[in-house]
Amino acid sequence: MIRHFGILAAAAATLAITAGVQALPPPKVNDALIAGDTLPKTLGDYGFFLDTAANDPTPGVVPYRLNMPLFSDGAEKYRFVYVPEGEDVRLGEQSLLQFPVGSALIKTFAFGEGENQRKIETRVLLHRADGWVALPYVWNDDQNEATLALAGARREVTTPQGQQISYRVPNKNQCKECHGLQGAVTPIGPKARNLSAAWLQSFLGDVPEGAETLPLWEHRDTADVAATARAYLDVNCAHCHRPGATASNSGLDLRWETEAPQAFGVNKRPVAAGRGSGGLMFDIVPGDPEASILVYRMASDEPGVAMPELGKSIVHEDGVEVVERWIGGMAAQ
Amino acid sequence: MIRTLLVATALATFASPALAETITIAPGEDAQERLQEALILAEAGDEIVLEAGRFTLTDGLSLDADGVTLRGAGMHASVLDFTGQQGAGEGLLVTSDSVTLRDFAVENPKGDGIKSKGADDIVYQRVRVTWTNGPASTNGAYGVYPVESTGILIDGVEVSGASDAGIYVGQSNRITVRNSIASYNVAGIEIENSRKAIVERNYVTGNTGGILVFDLPGLPVKNGGEVLVRNNLVANNTTANFAPEGNIVASVRRGTGIMVMANDTVWVGQNMLYDNPTAPIMVIAYPMPFDDPEYNPYPRDISIGFNSVDEGGTDPRFEGAEMLLAAFGGALPPVMWDGLEETPDSGTLMVHPEMKGWSLNLTEQGKGLDAANPGPLDVGAIGGPIDISDWGAPQALEARLQ
Repeated sequence: MIRHFGILAAAAATLAITAGVQALPPPKVNDALIAGDTLPKTLGDYGFFLDTAANDPTPGVVPYRLNMPLFSDGAEKYRFVYVPEGEDVRLGEQSLLQFPVGSALIKTFAFGEGENQRKIETRVLLHRADGWVALPYVWNDDQNEATLALAGARREVTTPQGQQISYRVPNKNQCKECHGLQGAVTPIGPKARNLSAAWLQSFLGDVPEGAETLPLWEHRDTADVAATARAYLDVNCAHCHRPGATASNSGLDLRWETEAPQAFGVNKRPVAAGRGSGGLMFDIVPGDPEASILVYRMASDEPGVAMPELGKSIVHEDGVEVVERWIGGMAAQ
Repeated sequence: MIRTLLVATALATFASPALAETITIAPGEDAQERLQEALILAEAGDEIVLEAGRFTLTDGLSLDADGVTLRGAGMHASVLDFTGQQGAGEGLLVTSDSVTLRDFAVENPKGDGIKSKGADDIVYQRVRVTWTNGPASTNGAYGVYPVESTGILIDGVEVSGASDAGIYVGQSNRITVRNSIASYNVAGIEIENSRKAIVERNYVTGNTGGILVFDLPGLPVKNGGEVLVRNNLVANNTTANFAPEGNIVASVRRGTGIMVMANDTVWVGQNMLYDNPTAPIMVIAYPMPFDDPEYNPYPRDISIGFNSVDEGGTDPRFEGAEMLLAAFGGALPPVMWDGLEETPDSGTLMVHPEMKGWSLNLTEQGKGLDAANPGPLDVGAIGGPIDISDWGAPQALEARLQ
């Protein structure tokens, strides 16, 4: 599982020369800033993009997409990964790609269609010598600069369904609430099982076992409903609802690989749900989605009831539908 | 001599970092961002000071830096007001170690009040969490909510209106809850799936149930026990249960004083218990069926020492209460047991001879109360002393009290 990151930069340099462009050094990501100990003030400082609008990635900054994405109020997302030249990527627990120190993950959240699309925030995960650091950057009105917003922010946006909402940019600590595992920040998205084999082949030069296991979200109407629902819960819930993470004390483990039905909620009583229980007795009642706390909390947009607690202010109706269909199809006990 | 001096200087420098800062935050515009940014940038030794006034907040706050103090000008002076909260599951979330929270209030959070998770050696002193509309099922679940932590000192805290437990300590170790007031919550104080806890000198009133010591199945941390409940005033816990169904406390009967469910080694003594009309003291097994091979649903080694009590269950919330009252001469004796034991006559429950009690005499766990065959309590007297030297919050936390 080795990949060397010299090829793209070398190709870019070659191109520049053959095109007769002056022998300027090829644009480079600011490695020192990623690996350093400062909190850079603007997204532009990193040099991840060639343009101020952050549309054209610098050579070495590679776009990717996920089979099963995290729902964030319907935001359109643009994901990129950067690995320093000559460094290796390995495979870890849950098939999570293990990026070397100096790597960065970049994710931009935008609302609106076509020319009217506006970037709201870009979240950056930096792998430094003492661990990952998560930082949120908020875009300006002119859409030419994103500024560090440690305390987060709120922005009025219109969702794809036309709802006017106050969209929450998480603060730096809240980044960790989802990205925290055993007290340390960790990436959660780029797992081989949630990435296409083709992308992995081009990125790693190899397709690891278990690649592309999660069904594609777009195929949810025809794909196996259990697989789709479990993948959805894995991606949208299991970063907290798993041992060692933010919601570990609930005892609910919604990871894709969890096999014990009670652990992923079947006939499991709530622990600290409070009014989140909605007066219901179990997380999942087989055959009865309406009696299942899981569905009740997913279908709520009320703080204190709604799940996930962060990064969601409207109900993801399509997500609820998949989980309802899955629970409804379970044999009643 | 010189060498000794150098060592002393080095120690002093380590103990109080020269760079420790005090950051003062005033209420007013952008309080959310200013306070949250201070919490994020804080480093060990720093103090974040809330000026007197009302901080209007729209989102949960969080602290993830070790060794930080967050303090205000008093639990009625500096108020974090979450009435307009739009997001997050609690008012304030602490996820770092050695944090001190002192002299401020949290009002009307949408979910829990102050949650500290995996936050070892935390001190909560003179902090108030209030749902100002009084008891309501729409209030958040827990007021003060440390969980999965070792070293918890709660002193002089006030919580009211929680739709689950006012002060809730879960899945933790080395805990002290004292000098605090828990009123008009479903449960006043709850110690759940935890070890080595001391609950003392609290005033617990107006709740559905006063002090609960619970051990539940299906949780990552199991086998709670070693809990001492002493010198508390537990009175007038007569508020109708307003917990949302599904939560374990929704099953607590109004008028319960001190309740022990499952657990290993609990001592309840020297408390004053008045007007807890279902049962001043209740000891039961986990009542429901469960599927957790590592879980023990029975109470073990539960000692009820001398407590000052009134006549007991004068208006119990039990099926067939009238018949029970008639049978026991107008009031159920103060100590109630369900009669369930891991092994018969195994010293499950020991009671001071002056404490009267009764038993449901159930014979099977998880089968409900249908088979109850109520009768006078017939158990042994409390035995010898228990070593509690390593119960309660670690001594080092006391130094952070002011």
